[in-house]
Parts: sequence; C-alpha cells; structure tokens
Amino acid sequence: MTPLNRKLYRDLWRLRGQVLAIALVIASGIAVLAMSLTSMEALTETAIAYYERYRFGDVFASVERAPEYLADRVRKLPGVQAVDTRVVKSAVLDMEGFDEPVIGHLVSVPERHPPELNQLALRSGRVPRLGYPDEAVLAEPFAEAHGLTLGGTFRAVLNGNWRKLTVVGIALSPEFVYTIGPGALMPDDKRFGIVWLGQEAMQAAFDLDGAFNTISLTLLRGVEPDLVIERLDDMLGRYGGIGAYARKDQMSNWFLMNEIRQLESLAAILPTVFLAVAAFLTNMVLARLIAMERSEIGLLKAFGYRDRDIAWHYVKFVVGVAAVGIVLGWAGGYWFGLLNTRLYADFYRFPFLLFDPGPRSFLIAAGASLFAALAGTLGAVRAGVRIPPAEAMRPPSPPMFRRTRFGRSRLFGALDQPTRILLRQIGRYPVRSALTSLGTAMAVAVLVSSLQWLDSINHLVDVYFRQAQGQDITVGFANTRSSDVTRELARMPGVRTAEPMRVVPAKMRFGPREERESLQGLPAVQELSHVYDASGRNLTLPPDGLVISTQLAGMLQVRPGDRITVEVLEGRRPTFEVPVVATFETYIGSPAYMDIRALNRLMHEREAVNSVHLRLDQNEQARFYRDLKQVPQVSAVTLKQAAVDTFYDTLAKTLLIFIGFFVVFACTLAFGVTYNAARIALSERGRELATLRVLGFTRREISYILLGEIGFLTFVALPLGCVLGYGLGALILNAFKTELYRIPMAIQLATLGEAVLIILSATLFSAFLVRRRLDSLDLIAVLKTRE
Amino acid sequence: MPPKPALRTRDLTKVYHSGEVEVHALRGVSLELFPADLVVLLGPSGSGKSTLLNILGGLDSASGGEAWFQDLQLTGLDDRGLTEYRRNHVGFVFQFYNLIPSLTALENVALVTEIAREPMPPEEALRIVGLGERLNHFPAQLSGGEQQRVAIARAIAKRPGILLCDEPTGALDSRTGILVLEAIERIHAELGTTTVLITHNAVIADMTDRVLVMGDGHIIEERHNTRRRRAAELSW
Repeated sequence: MTPLNRKLYRDLWRLRGQVLAIALVIASGIAVLAMSLTSMEALTETAIAYYERYRFGDVFASVERAPEYLADRVRKLPGVQAVDTRVVKSAVLDMEGFDEPVIGHLVSVPERHPPELNQLALRSGRVPRLGYPDEAVLAEPFAEAHGLTLGGTFRAVLNGNWRKLTVVGIALSPEFVYTIGPGALMPDDKRFGIVWLGQEAMQAAFDLDGAFNTISLTLLRGVEPDLVIERLDDMLGRYGGIGAYARKDQMSNWFLMNEIRQLESLAAILPTVFLAVAAFLTNMVLARLIAMERSEIGLLKAFGYRDRDIAWHYVKFVVGVAAVGIVLGWAGGYWFGLLNTRLYADFYRFPFLLFDPGPRSFLIAAGASLFAALAGTLGAVRAGVRIPPAEAMRPPSPPMFRRTRFGRSRLFGALDQPTRILLRQIGRYPVRSALTSLGTAMAVAVLVSSLQWLDSINHLVDVYFRQAQGQDITVGFANTRSSDVTRELARMPGVRTAEPMRVVPAKMRFGPREERESLQGLPAVQELSHVYDASGRNLTLPPDGLVISTQLAGMLQVRPGDRITVEVLEGRRPTFEVPVVATFETYIGSPAYMDIRALNRLMHEREAVNSVHLRLDQNEQARFYRDLKQVPQVSAVTLKQAAVDTFYDTLAKTLLIFIGFFVVFACTLAFGVTYNAARIALSERGRELATLRVLGFTRREISYILLGEIGFLTFVALPLGCVLGYGLGALILNAFKTELYRIPMAIQLATLGEAVLIILSATLFSAFLVRRRLDSLDLIAVLKTRE
Repeated sequence: MPPKPALRTRDLTKVYHSGEVEVHALRGVSLELFPADLVVLLGPSGSGKSTLLNILGGLDSASGGEAWFQDLQLTGLDDRGLTEYRRNHVGFVFQFYNLIPSLTALENVALVTEIAREPMPPEEALRIVGLGERLNHFPAQLSGGEQQRVAIARAIAKRPGILLCDEPTGALDSRTGILVLEAIERIHAELGTTTVLITHNAVIADMTDRVLVMGDGHIIEERHNTRRRRAAELSW
C-alpha cells in the first residue's frame, strides 16, 4: 500500500464519527431512493407478469344486455386480438357472524373452459362446475376477512332470491388487484368482495340466457385503444353501453399505476434533499481536513507529488465516505424496498411477488449520491491543491475579524465576552453558518412534510366524511327505482331521515374537451349528503343548471356561466345543454351536481331514484341491517363509520410506518449536520477553548461558546425549517395529487411543535457527544504550540 | 517572623507515561516563593521547568509530593477545584499569546475581568502595559509584541496572586521582547505580584533577584542577584 493510501485509511478512521454521520445522511438518501426504485420495479414487473400470464384485458365495456353473438362481431373489429364476455352484477350477501350487509361484486366465470381473458389465479380449490349453480369462488382477501375456506357457505340475494352458496375455490384476478367498493376511499374486504359464479348459472339467475353485460378485449400489439373504443361504443350504444374504457382507466389498474407514479415522485423529491445536505456536509468536513493538512500538502508538493496526485487523494477520501454511505444505503434500501413491497402486497393482491431488484436501482442511487458528494467537494479539493508549497507550509494567517456596525452597537456592548465570541464566529463565516442552519432546517422540513400527512388526512376526513356527509348509510340500487323507495326506506324501523339521490353516467363536453363523469341529482337543499365546499359552506342547488367541482371545471376548462353538453349514457340516453351555475372545492373526485327534479325532467323520467342516503337511530342499527338484507335490488351499501374506520386502519398500516422511516431519516439529517458542525468548530477552535480553560473558564462556560453557536444556528433553523417544511409538504402533496383525490395542506401548530422537538432532541444528542470531547481538551499542549 | 510563602512545594515529582516509556519530568522539587518575588526559572528544554510551571498554575497534577498556594493545597484538587484556582489566583502569559481572535484587545481583557472576583477595569490593565490607545483592535491587527502585551494585560487584570509567564519573549525579536519584559517589570513594581518567568535565555535572569536553575527534573542551583538590571538594560 502506498503511504498516501495508508494516510487515507487512517484519516477515515480518525474522523470516523464525522464520516459515519455523513455516511448516514447519504445512506438515508440512498435508502429512500433505492426503496422507491426497487418497490417501483417490483410492482411494475409483478403487474406486467401478472397481467400477461392471466391475460388481463386492454379494453372494457358494460352494457345492459347484449346477445352473445355480438362478441364475434367485436372480435372482427380491426386491432382486436381476443374477446371475452361475462355477466357482472352486484348482490347483497349475508356473511355468518357479520351483522352489516356485505356487497358482493358477482363476476361470471365459464364452467366449461377457462375464460379467454381476465383469468383467475386460483389459490385453492377449483371453478364452479356446470349444473352446480350454488358453487362460488371467492376473492382471497374477502375470504380471509371473513375466515371462509373451501366448503364454507354464505347467503346471497341473486335477483331477489336468497341463495346459499358454497365456496369451492379461492382466487385472485388481475382485474381486482385493488378492490374498492362503491363510495369507499380504501379497500374494505369485510364489506365488499369479489365473488365468481358459474357463467351459465349467472345467466340463468339474472335472466341473461345467451347474453352478457360486460365485455373485455385484448388488442394486437401496437394498437391504440382509442380507435377500438370508438368503434366499440358505436356498436354497444343500443345495447345500453355506458362507454368503453381502456385498461389505464380500469379501477384496479388505475390505483396500481397511480401508486407507482407516487413512488416515482417520492424517488425524485426526498433523496434530493438528503443528497444535497450530504454534499454540503462532505464539503464542510473535507474543507476543514484540507485546511488542517495545509503543511502536509506543502510537504508532499515539496517532495514532488503532483497536484493531481493530491487532488486524487482527497477525491478518494470523498469516495470512501460515500462508499460507506452507499453500502449502508443499499442494505437499507433493499430492506425497506422489500418491506414496502410486502406492505403494498397487503393492499394490491398479487398471486406472486417479483421482488428481485436488478442492479439498476442501486447503481442509480449510488451514482446520484457519489455525484452529489463529489460535486459538493470539488471546490474544497481545488482550493487545497492550489496552494503553492512554500505558502502551504507556513501556518495560515489568523482569521481576520472586523467590527461591524452591530459590533459597535449598544446592544452588542451589553453582551458578555463569550457571547461576543459566539456571534462574531457566526458573522465571520456567514456562508458556512447559513448552510449549517439550512441543513438543520431541511431536517425539520423533512419531518414537517412527513408529519403533516396526518393533519392533512384528518382534515380531509373531517371535510369529506364529517362535514359533507350527514348520512350514516347510503343504499344503492341496481336499477333506477321510483321515488317510492325513498319513502319505503324512510318507514323502516330505525330510520330517522331518508334523502333520495339519482346518479346517471354521462359524458360532459365543453369545446374540444370531454370527460366521463356521473351526474348526481340531489334535493335543492340537502339534509344529509351535502354539496359542500371545502371552505365550509353547503351549496343550494339551482332549479336549472349544474354545480360542479372546481376539479371538473378545471378538466373541462369551464367557468360559471358556460354551457356544457351532457350526453347521458343510460335510459333514453338524452343529450342536453346546461349552464354551469356555480363551482365548489372538494378533495375527492370531480363530481357534478344538479337538482334531482331538474335531472329527472331532462331524463324524461318521473321522480326516479337509484340511491338513498339514510340517517339511523343508533340504537336500532342492528335491526335495520337485518331488515335491509331483505330489501330487493340493493346493489351497494356504504356505511360511513365503517368507511372512516377502514380509512384510518389502512393509514395506520401504511402511513405511520412511512412516517416512522422519515422520523429516523430526519433525525439522521439533523444529527449529521450538527455533529459535523460542532466537531469542525471544535477542531478549529480547540486551542481557543483550551486557552479559555487555562484562563479559568469552566467546562460549562466553554461549552456555551461552542455549543451556543450550534444552538443559535439551530434556533434560526427551526422556524426556517417549518416554513420549508410547509413548502416541501405542498410539493409532495401536489406530486401525490390525482384526478381522484387531492390531499389538502392542513398543518397543525402542534405538528410543527412535534417536528421541532424531535429535531431538537437529535441536535442535543450530537451536542452531548461533542460536549464529552470538550472535557478532554489538552490544556498543556496549547501553551507550547503555535497553530 | 519570616513572611509566609505565596507558593511552596515539597518533593514534587511528576512521571509521564508515554507509551511504554516512563518520563521523570520532576524528581523531587522543593521551593518557596514569597509575595512580591520576581523569580526566573532557567533551564534547557526538557529540564522540567514547564512541568513545574504547569503544576504551580493548576494545569497539571503532580505524581507525588505537595504544592500549596497560600493555604490551598493544589495537589489533590480535582478539575473543578483547579479551575477555580486558575480563575481566581493565577495569571498566565503564554509564548504564543493565545489571544481570542474574534475579540478585540479590550474584549480579550474583559473576558477575564468578567469572571474574576476583584478585577481592575480592562482599560487600566491595558494602560499599564502601554496599550491604552489600541483598545478596539483585533489580534490580527496587532504586532506580535502588542499581542503579547494584551496577553499580559489579560493576565494581570484579575489582580492574580501569582503571574506565570512561559517563555513570554520566545516568539519575539529582542527589541520587542524587551518591551514585553519592561511591561512585566512595571507590573511587578506597581502591583507587587509574585511573578515566575520561565526562559532558557540566561540574559533575562539578570532582571530578577532570584534565579532558579533547573536540570533533569531538579533545581540544581539557586542564585541571588546582588544587583538587578532593568529590563531596558538587557540585550541579546
């Protein structure tokens, strides 16, 4: 080993505390980056493999009823590769030991041969046999939630008739990687589940012999779905088609792809913060190392070492520090990635999980951090190498201090000398001091931006569930019913108030823009389900015209006063023009509302209803649920409290774990910054502090000078970090924004306080470590040595 | 009745362990320094004079023997006790001045007067060393001699019971060195502080009444000058 390399190893070892602190910051950045990239890779590859192996459709469409032979015509459409038709219905299920009504999403599966598309991944058992109409296959998460295994039974209302079904198989499907019930925000496997029944059995039960109501197709390679969708809509229109959609708009796939996109945002934002701070820290440590080794550098040059040999020596030091961080970060990233992917697998159900991250993610992460570290230290290396040897061997001239205007002020005059030392030191190195503050501020910001999720989500739940929804339960019907059903439900025991709703699928057009969106009809003044603006007011619906969400207004680029074209996709499929009367802000979806009477008038229907919101008497709930199971044609039941509960349960499982990670990362950041700042200050000013000790200052008093400086910089960093955290949080929330939901920024003061306290603890810990070093200052050496 | 010594030691020893080697820096030093003494401690490097000064100044602890400042036994004090002792009774002047670069001349002196029991005003201390005009200069704006005089002002501003100067002229040219010695001489005359001056420059010994010569961890010779020369008369 060359002497320079030996020196390198010894330097790394001597500065191990600081090296480790920087390495941990680098590792945090790499871990987040590698975690996001590996999870992304795992989810993407698993989805691709799953979709391909089980032939997930490219285009989907629903109709009211279409004859089987139509499938052959669809198959002949240019670009179509394969076609599969099915019967899909909803039904109320009665699960043993579970009071509340459960909604089953029934999907047919051919008894005679495997389905051509959207094949089942059977986990156990088999598919229903021909002639056994009561055999069912359950989706695995649903079966697990109710503890059902092969041979288990449950009851279901199929087209008005109670039937006892027997579980013969447990399966997963590429169509239902993510299952979410109507009106829910999160999966609730207890109250909503997929049930596969024999195709011919379902056709018989729902009077659809020789017919289907759902079709899916795959396309030839390279065919754009849009063209096929247009042809398909033309063909299916008269069978009650409500518009075909491509895989990207298929619900389960949409959520999955969205999750992958969010991971991508995460990979872009947070590691940048960590790597930037790591770059600053390496620069700080290296600049100091080079300053302390001036005379050695001069000596090496005097011996004939070239500039580039010396530069390379220090570059290797940086690479060494980064390497420690990279290895730690790789390990952390792999582990977090696996954990994260497994966590996803709880919500996104795959029959297999491909977590076999290639080297790419790790190389990207390592490359990014190495680049950041080297970029951060370039200046220090160059400055160190440039000193001519003779000059390098002389001690550097003492730092120059000047009296500033503040230094002459009366306020400054009132300060004691240690405080003056502290303040002048900060003023002497303003850039370094500012970066130290900024580093700590970034730690606070990372923490604030992680902790704010809880506040924002509480706010979202409060607005969406508590303010806007006065109902306890919403009952949906498969077909449009007369408004009598509202009165019937209102008369049921336990019901206090009932409010009708009419939802029609529609396309809305304005100029060249078109959006598919349901049109929701509610009473002009709503008692239960409010048209609620996030600023805190309920809107009254005008007798004519639409009240739409700002999200939809943005998508269509309309303003109040504009008239938009609405093409209804059910019933008589009327098309009409209506004015947009008002807009309102909502966090979920992009709804459009209309007075239910106006809507029915435009639909040429009398008082039609397909959902009813209900408020219940708390004491009579169990009875009401029991009775509800007997109400025919119920296709959806949404319980508000259950929705809120699952929402929080899900968050507890995912978000809290994430926040936990980020608390650790942010503490690493704060620790890394303060520890390095304090250690460098100690190495630069050890002589000064030892002099003070000789002059009779106590340990506590000299700690004040050194740590007071860090304390002051931290003090500045805390409010700055809160502001930056607000910005970072907004950036992240914006990156997580989708058409489906927008999480509002709603940081509470207590959250800022929490972030500040956590960072203060990390800072105090590093101060404590440095303080211990202060106790072992060599007082005698300072008398004899010249700096 | 003879005067009570300000500082005294008995059989003071100090052994350093440097790796596997034992270094006997002091091998039994006994001495007495009286109030208003001006003593030069002379000796080659490695003779033990710095070690003795460090123990007398409360910077280091002895391996054996005793050291007393008035009625306070220094040997046996813990870190806190030694800090108190330095804070209240000892003035130090170092070879390399050891000024705080971020404080002005005045502030460097005030640094000590702020924590002392009965200090003189910092301006007064600076006036005694002849720097009444350069109060607001930072160390980087002062010459070596001026810096050393600030250091002396800092050492005496607390009115110490003992002033310890470790090679105070070691980093200075002779002309500037003499200016510094004059300052020490004036302080001794004005304040009567017990002063110990370490040097390896034998000429400086002429300005004191009493010279202790150290060698190999012992005091090998004690001289009394019959005639003290003024600092201004010295040259080397």
